[in-house]
Amino acid sequence: MGLAVSIARRAGKRVVSSLPALFGVVIFTFLLMRVLPGDPAIFFASGPNAGQAEIEQIRQQMGLDKPVPQQLLLYLRDIGTGNLGRSMTTGQPVVTDLVSRLPASLELTFVALMLALILALPLGILAALRPNSLIDNIVRMICTLGVCVPTFVSGLLFIFAFYYILGIAPDPTGRIDIFAGQPPTITGFLLIDAAVAGDWDAWRSAARQLILPACTMALFVLAPLARMTRASMLAVLTSDFVRTGEALGLSRRRVVLVYALRNALLPVLTIMGIVFSTMLGANVLVEKVFSWPGVASYALDALLSSDYAPVQGFVLLMATIFVMVNLTVDVLYGLADPRISIE
Amino acid sequence: MTAPLLTIEDLKVTFSTRNGPVEAIKGVSLSLSAGERLGIVGESGSGKSVTAFSVMQLLDRAGKITGGRITFRGQDITNASRGMLQPLRGAAMSMIFQNPRAALNPIRTVGLQIADVLRAHESLSAKEARARALKLLEAVMIRDPEARLDAYPHELSGGMCQRVMIAMAIACEPTLLIADEPTTGLDVTTQKTVMDLLAEITARRGMAMILITHDLGLAAQYCQRVAVMEKGLVVEEAVPATLFGAPTHPYTRRLVAASPTRHSTVESLVVDREAAPPAPARIAPRPGSEPLLAVRNCVKVFDNGFRGVDDVSFSLAPGESLGLVGESGSGKSTLSRIVCRLIDASEGTITFDGEDIGGIPSRDFYRSRFRRDIQIVFQDHGDSLNPRFSAFDAIADPLRLLGGVQDGRELRRQVEDCARRVGLPEEFLDRFPHQLSGGQKARVGIARAIAAKPRLLVLDEPTAALDVSVQAVILHLLDRLRRETGLAYLFVSHDLNVVRMMCERTIVLQKGRIVEEGPSGPLFTAPSSDYARELIAAIPHFDPEAALARQKALATAV
Repeated sequence: MGLAVSIARRAGKRVVSSLPALFGVVIFTFLLMRVLPGDPAIFFASGPNAGQAEIEQIRQQMGLDKPVPQQLLLYLRDIGTGNLGRSMTTGQPVVTDLVSRLPASLELTFVALMLALILALPLGILAALRPNSLIDNIVRMICTLGVCVPTFVSGLLFIFAFYYILGIAPDPTGRIDIFAGQPPTITGFLLIDAAVAGDWDAWRSAARQLILPACTMALFVLAPLARMTRASMLAVLTSDFVRTGEALGLSRRRVVLVYALRNALLPVLTIMGIVFSTMLGANVLVEKVFSWPGVASYALDALLSSDYAPVQGFVLLMATIFVMVNLTVDVLYGLADPRISIE
Repeated sequence: MTAPLLTIEDLKVTFSTRNGPVEAIKGVSLSLSAGERLGIVGESGSGKSVTAFSVMQLLDRAGKITGGRITFRGQDITNASRGMLQPLRGAAMSMIFQNPRAALNPIRTVGLQIADVLRAHESLSAKEARARALKLLEAVMIRDPEARLDAYPHELSGGMCQRVMIAMAIACEPTLLIADEPTTGLDVTTQKTVMDLLAEITARRGMAMILITHDLGLAAQYCQRVAVMEKGLVVEEAVPATLFGAPTHPYTRRLVAASPTRHSTVESLVVDREAAPPAPARIAPRPGSEPLLAVRNCVKVFDNGFRGVDDVSFSLAPGESLGLVGESGSGKSTLSRIVCRLIDASEGTITFDGEDIGGIPSRDFYRSRFRRDIQIVFQDHGDSLNPRFSAFDAIADPLRLLGGVQDGRELRRQVEDCARRVGLPEEFLDRFPHQLSGGQKARVGIARAIAAKPRLLVLDEPTAALDVSVQAVILHLLDRLRRETGLAYLFVSHDLNVVRMMCERTIVLQKGRIVEEGPSGPLFTAPSSDYARELIAAIPHFDPEAALARQKALATAV
């Protein structure tokens, strides 16, 4: 079909045009890590009284004795073969670490985004239907609170209220109750794996662990989504075709949901892509507060211990995900707006 | 006589604005019987659209009906609730709008949009609704209706979108159709087909229609009765022949005079002209003199392979005025931009004053010494002025850049001189575009163009966005300027009557090619090409005799 071909062509073009950017990200993070203060060889030496010889040996093992351009070339060759190096802290290949930890971050981000959308869209629509009314002001206040309270504060408040005082939330450690059986790993998303395995106890346990960090994240991104929905709805509601719908006697429901909302969602889609990428990278604080075994906290730990390979791998992963999210948004946009696929 | 279908009694509408409440409608009374066609004419701000929107209760949040009564089929709908109106809208009274493409949902196929209307008022399955939508598209005579059902509005031309809009409006056989400037922005030939279609459909289905327009000719041609509105009041109401043949109200008289017809001249357009000294006679172009501008075999091919201008040649003598007419897509704007050296031609030569200027790339042309000789006046006077520039800055800019005037006092003097020549009072010079009216913005645009003392002025639809009375004044001004300074004009317009008045010679373009060229007088009275004939025949006119004849024909037909 023509539409599929046109979308595939657009997607292909996007991927190709993002390759130089990815390459730039690789080189930039490599150089950045090299200019940061701290010598990993000293850090990973056996102890404070390790001899110069031992440090030299570690340095040689890590390839740090070679000139920087040569290190870069070696690094690029490794990336080409899918090898992101080995983490000095965990002793595992970085790829293995990222693969095991990425689903945790993705699951958290997806659920949080979903929650945020479920809240933000109706709030935005309500606010747009009655601008400057009481409800509009309430939505505005919720959004303001959402952006101005940092996630580590709201996260701790949630833990304080729901775990410490009310006792209805489980203790904020990890993705699943340690006494509940871990479902067999298929996708790495615990909710999906547990559902596939039919292990509903594990599912409930995972969901209970997830809900507080997800709410924390959702609150943080509620504002851009709700405000964008409101602004875009306001603009669409005054447009000519909404007036046409009214003039020809369509029901209010149909005018608002089919005529106005679908058009208003187009800019929200773009914002969603940006919000998603931001969440994935920025949820390091949430991961720390809730001891969530995600990629962001992994990268932070690596950075603090001058462990080059995981940080570089993490940045490359984020850049790739960012490209892919943009691509998805692009394709969705092409499907949602028939004017785009024309070009 | 049965009770009228719609009566409006002493309607008052107030808008709350930043500067307090503004009364847009100050007591309008109108009535319409079933099957009747009423025209409401007036200029922008006269309240004609607001009246229609009040009937449909489509006023935006700021507007409120503050007095009067609207009765539809004996039912008071003045401040009807949504629940009461919704079954009426679309089913009993419908509306079609200006700018049909924007009036359709851009991300929904037209078939579904028509089905939406049908299903809002009747219980139909999706399949039945689609079949009915197809029938409706056939009724509005869209070519290949089956395929169009799944088209999106952006895939259709403006005229086709308006047909779809008409199909939606008549879907549930309403008894009243309100058409708000339905053909503004469409080409004359498209306007004619759309209006003929509307007239035919309303007559066949016995629908009453209110036609809101600024075009007196259109109202005269298609309506049985016309009401003239000015500043929120109906000032005169009569059958077209009387109204336009013997207008009684001074405003109607001014409006009728200002509307260009096939007989009017620039002088006859303005009734209460500012007491200007008699303009000097036009400087007749000396025969045999070197042409000021010569375009030879000009071709413009766009990136997608479309030939916007296809082998066009013409020349323009100093002080001559040449009209360029054609429908949208005929290449007239592209050609005017090529002559202005804003875009490059793909092939061909352009000589100005004997020197080749086509060879200078358009991006470097600002450095050429000919830049000051060729200036342009744009169609949209609001958008073509920098909103952060006062009128003074706008006029001073070309003086500084092209005229090399740097001295503040000298600059002030020259700007004031330009302003005086275009009739812009000095106190307006410090205002910003949003503080100026449409006519004043047009004057600033013209003053800016003549500031650098050009020899050729390209006028790209300079009056298309203006009300007729303002248009009359601006045309008058342009004509006077030409007499005074001996400027040459390349006058681009879709309004054939305007071109006939303003230009000695006219070129008719179609699909990028010249189909006819010659002195304006003979070209308009006896066109030789079919296309020119079609264009001229499509102009709505309101000669009293013609209107009378039409009415008789209609009376016998119904």
